[in-house]
Order: sequence, then C-alpha cells, then structure tokens
Amino acid sequence: MGRERSEVNDIDRSLYDFRYEEKEEDFYKVKEGLTEDIVREISVEKNDPEWMLEFRLKSLSVYNELKVPDWGPDISGLNMDDIVTYVKPRTKMKTAWEDVPDDIKNTFERLGIPEAERKSLAGVGAQYDSELVYHNVKEEVLAQGVVYTDMESALTGEYEEMVKEHFMKLVPPTDHKFAALHGAVWSGGSFVYVPPGVKVEIPLQSYFRLNAAGAGQFEHTLIIVSEGADLHFIEGCSAPKYNVANLHAGCVELFVGKNAKLRYSTIENWSKNMYNLNTKRAICEEGATMEWVSGSFGSHVSYLYPMTVLKGNDSHCEFTGITFAGEGQNLDTGAKVVQTGRRTSSYINTKSISKSGGISTFRSAVTIGSKAEDSKAAVSCASLMLDDISRSDTIPAMDIRTNEADVGHEAKIGRISDDAVFYLMSRGISEEDARAMIVSGFADNVSKELPLEYAVEMNNLIQLEMKGAIG
Amino acid sequence: MSLLEIRNLSVAVDGNEILKNIDLNIGKGETHVLMGPNGAGKSTLGNALMGNPVYEITGGSIYFNGLDIKDESPDKRAKAGMFMSFQNPLEVPGITVSSFIRNAIVQKTGEKIKFSEYRKDLAKNMEILNFDTPYKDRDLNVGFSGGEKKKAEILQLLMLKPTFAILDETDSGLDVDAVRTVSAGIKEYQKREDGALLIITHSAKILESLQVDYTHVLVRGQIVADGDGSLVQDINENGFEKYMG
Repeated sequence: MGRERSEVNDIDRSLYDFRYEEKEEDFYKVKEGLTEDIVREISVEKNDPEWMLEFRLKSLSVYNELKVPDWGPDISGLNMDDIVTYVKPRTKMKTAWEDVPDDIKNTFERLGIPEAERKSLAGVGAQYDSELVYHNVKEEVLAQGVVYTDMESALTGEYEEMVKEHFMKLVPPTDHKFAALHGAVWSGGSFVYVPPGVKVEIPLQSYFRLNAAGAGQFEHTLIIVSEGADLHFIEGCSAPKYNVANLHAGCVELFVGKNAKLRYSTIENWSKNMYNLNTKRAICEEGATMEWVSGSFGSHVSYLYPMTVLKGNDSHCEFTGITFAGEGQNLDTGAKVVQTGRRTSSYINTKSISKSGGISTFRSAVTIGSKAEDSKAAVSCASLMLDDISRSDTIPAMDIRTNEADVGHEAKIGRISDDAVFYLMSRGISEEDARAMIVSGFADNVSKELPLEYAVEMNNLIQLEMKGAIG
Repeated sequence: MSLLEIRNLSVAVDGNEILKNIDLNIGKGETHVLMGPNGAGKSTLGNALMGNPVYEITGGSIYFNGLDIKDESPDKRAKAGMFMSFQNPLEVPGITVSSFIRNAIVQKTGEKIKFSEYRKDLAKNMEILNFDTPYKDRDLNVGFSGGEKKKAEILQLLMLKPTFAILDETDSGLDVDAVRTVSAGIKEYQKREDGALLIITHSAKILESLQVDYTHVLVRGQIVADGDGSLVQDINENGFEKYMG
C-alpha cells in the first residue's frame, strides 16, 4: 500500500511578490553602501535639524566600531556595500488615497490596506521604501488630541522637542551594530502621542512596504502613551522577492506611562531575501501594561527579540509570538524582559513551527532586579517540527537577583504525533486535514490574538496539500 | 452476509506477530465481547481493524459490508461506518469538542449540517452522558480526566452514528458512576442506531447492564473460545486460567 504523505504548504507569497514595473525616474536613491557622504546626503534630503545630523554621524562612527553579531544565524550574505540605504518615491506624503501615485496605490490596494482602514482602523500610515506616501487619521481620533504622523513631520514640526527627548533613548545606537546603523540612516516610520487618559478605541496601523531591490528599510516608530491612556497599534510589513539581499533594520521605541496600556501587534511577512535585524523596546511606568503580539513568517534571517523594561511598580507585560520558518529561513526570535519595579509581572508565550529545513530558534531573557520584590515571570514556549530536516531550538535565560520572585519556565519541542493523526483519521478526517488541524490547533492560542485579517492570513498559511505517494 | 468478516487475520507490530489467524464474524446490530488477559492482543485487533498504520496486517482479510478494507486508510474506514473508542484518547489542543465533532460529521458524510440542529443534537447526547455543557467548548480531551475522556469518546460515537464500533477498554480506570454513565451511552447507541459492537475489555464491569450476544476469548494472539453472553459471567467468576493451556 502506498502511503500518502501530506505537507503543510508554504505561504502563498504571490500577493506580496507582485509589483509593478517601476521607472527609475520615479525614485530618488542614494548610492549603494554606507559612507559619511551618504549619511549627510540623507540628512540633507530629509531636512534634518542640526542635532539629528550630528546624531546620525555619531551613530555612523559607532557602527564602524561595532562588530557584526556572531552568536546567532549567519548574516555573512549581507554586504552593506551593496545596500541602498535610502530610496524615496518622488511623491509627497498624501492624506487621500486618490492622490497617491497609481503604482504605489495599487500595490497597497492589493495588500488590502485602504480596505482595512475603512473597516477597522482609526488611522493608517503607509510607507513605501524609505518614506511615507500616505497618512490619515480619523477625525474623532484627532479630536481626542491623538497625534499620529510620520516621523519626519514630527521631527521638523511642533513635536521636535518630544522627539528629541525620546529618540533612540530606549534603544541607543551603542546597543548593537544594527541599532547604530539605524541611527545613521533611519528614515520614515510613525510618531504617535496619546494624551493622558485618552483611550483610542480602534487600532492605528502602519504598513511598511520595501519595494526596491537591494535596498534597506530603516523606519523608526516612536509611540508615547501618556498616563492612563490606552492604544492598540498594528504594524505590517512585506516585500516582493528579489535575488539580492534586502535589509530591514527598523527601530521601535514605546513609552507606556503610568497606568497606561499599549498593545503592539506586528505581522512580519518579508520575502525570503530579507535580513530582518529589527530592534523593539518598551518601557513601562507604574501600573502600566504592555502587550506584544508578534507573528514572524517571512525573511531569510531574522534577529528579533522585543524587549520590555518593567521599571514602574506593578507594571505588567505579556508577549505572545508565533514564528513560522520554512525552506531557506533561519528565524531567531524571542523576547526579553527586565523587571526592576516591585510586584511586576511578565508572561512570555511563544509557538514556533518549522518545516522543509527551516530553522526556528527561540531565545528569551528575563532579568529580575534585586529590588523587584514580589515579582513574577513565566516563560512558555512550544515548537513543532513538521519533518525530519527542520530544526527547532530553545535558548532561555533567566537572571533573578531577588529571593522574592516567582519564576517559571516551560519548553516543549515536538513533532506531529502519528497517534494523534490516527486518532483524528479514525473519525473520518483525511490525513492532510488531520495534520492541518493539529498545526492550526497548535498555533490557536496565538493566532487568536492576531488582528482578524492577519488571523485569516495565518489560517491560509496552514493550508495543506497532498503530495505524491511515497513508499 | 456479516457486517464485519475477519478471515484468517494475522497482525504484526515491528515485525513481531501479535495476532495469528483470527476468524471473527460480526452481524448487524450484534454485540460481541472480546476478553482476554493483559497482552493477549485485544487492542491490537481493535487497532488493526481501524487501520492504525503501526499495526501491519501480515495475512488474511477484513471485509466490511462485503468490501475488503484492509488496505484502506482509517478515514475511509470511518466513512464506511467504522468507529473506535480509544483506550487512551489523544489530547488535541486548539480544537473544541463541539467544532471537532461537527468537522468530523461534515467530513465523514460530505454534507453540511445546520448549526442549530447540530447544537440540539449535541446537547441531547451530552445529557445522556451526564457531560456538563461547558465541556463542548473545551479543547478536545485537553486536561480531561480519564472518565471525561471516555465520555467524550462515547459522545463521538453517538454523534457520528457508525454502524460498527470498537470499544477498546472503555471501562478501564473508570469509577462505578462513570462506568454506569458510559454504559448508558453505549446502550443508547445499540438501541438508536442498531449499531454493532466489539467491546474489548479485561474486566466485566461495563457489561453488567449491556445485552451481549457473543463472547470471544483471546489468549496469546489466538481466539481460544467462543460463547454467548453467559461466557462473560463464567470468566468473571473463574478468570482465564482454564484457557491459558
């Protein structure tokens, strides 16, 4: 009897790989590579204030001093001399879709961005390569005093001081080589300010599209949620596939005020030529809550460990993440928490799936400081390998400096159990559906947390297809 | 013609022959009991009938409704009307009892079912099993006690309406009350569906309230004795010793 073998499909990337043929003259680009001249050119192009130029140049010298990380996935395929760090579409940022140039508009329309905005978002920003091409916020949200704009407008407008006070304070350029790179060539991204006590009922969303081959995207997201305020921010990213390396080294800095709450959801769906070396960090004041929801599906190599600093007493964070590594992907993801406030609590819950030779590594680092008495931390990670050629690793670290803490860690690595497949099949369910049920069931408590349209996308991802008979 | 005809069946696991030349016929609506000491091969027969790929059929044939099904996959056998209540039902995280059973019915029958009717049907059958309603929204078998898992198996039996069901040690590890509840569910299945049963057990607790038509004694991979329902009583009192040869 020939046994049928089923396989979990790759995500259908045709949607993301689609792109219009673009004319060179539609874009302004700097030369490949990274030099002081290029950094100065970007700064001039962006009308930086003087302090920002200095910041960029200082970051560049830090970049030149720091070493490439050698403790994670290999990134030797990434050569900065080949990367174009700044690509600007020749269009001003628009606040109405119809004003966005057709090629760009159509690309975003295919990705469902304007539709999502109409249906379920309070505001949308859309970045195309290095600059935002569209930004719009609903009237009622503006009326609440919420500021949601591109970083450039914030930097050169009335929020310059606020930007200066917070910009790369949580993630200093000295943090690591790619944070320094970000400091030198950052462009685009969003600035959000939520005034005290304001609760934004529906989410804001930024969408980042890196369309140019061999380019880098270095958007900076800065969100300040004031005392007692509440915000849900969604970030989506995609890129078409090229044969040359693309680089994403964004930076996200989140300031969550006293008793405030921020939920930050990300779906990274970069193409498989992308090096995703992204840095995200949040700091929580007293009684604040930070919730991360993170789906990592794309990229060739990812280094991604959103970090939360629970500085205020009674602050709390939750990290919910899912990583799906397929053929040719090495995704090194996880989360970090530093708890210094008293009675703080953190909960990290991740799932990872690897298939077709994909490598998925989970890293977590939890530090509980000596004064963080009566704090709690729980880490739970589960991995599912769909075949014998895929890999899954778990690297948890805990540094607990007080005796008054309650800490737990749980890790599970497994395969789809043949017994479970047989069990489901004995009820009349086909083998491929049984496997799909097990995989989507495995991911269920994470996919539930994703924004709806992404949850649907994820279920599509776990579609199954019969492959030829073996044996 | 019998519903199930097992002819000269031999089954091996990892190359070790567990069952040798089994012959067994089960007619429509008949209740058969398979007894035997631990390790005799009772569960092997159940698994081989249901198509567990771990169990290799090395000889003989299995006819179900006149068709040789020994090369069919478990889902095809289920679609043909077979069912097995597992000795150790597996935990399936992320799928609720309710949506799983509904999914299974749709896949098995290839027909859509009305949600309102389904819900009513499910509630009715859960009541027969003394199964608290909130369990329908819990992940299948996840964190269930032994008794709850067996109730969930019998619930699936009642919902999927097979024409033949294997009950593999459904009574093992259950307390008296749970055995009574599970028996009530099995009785309902006999009555409502006129379903045939192969009840695998090494005790007799579950049989006390069920009408048994035939009893078979399996020792070291072979059927060494057949009888009617009274054989259960005999084994209950005297054990398997006289069959051990």
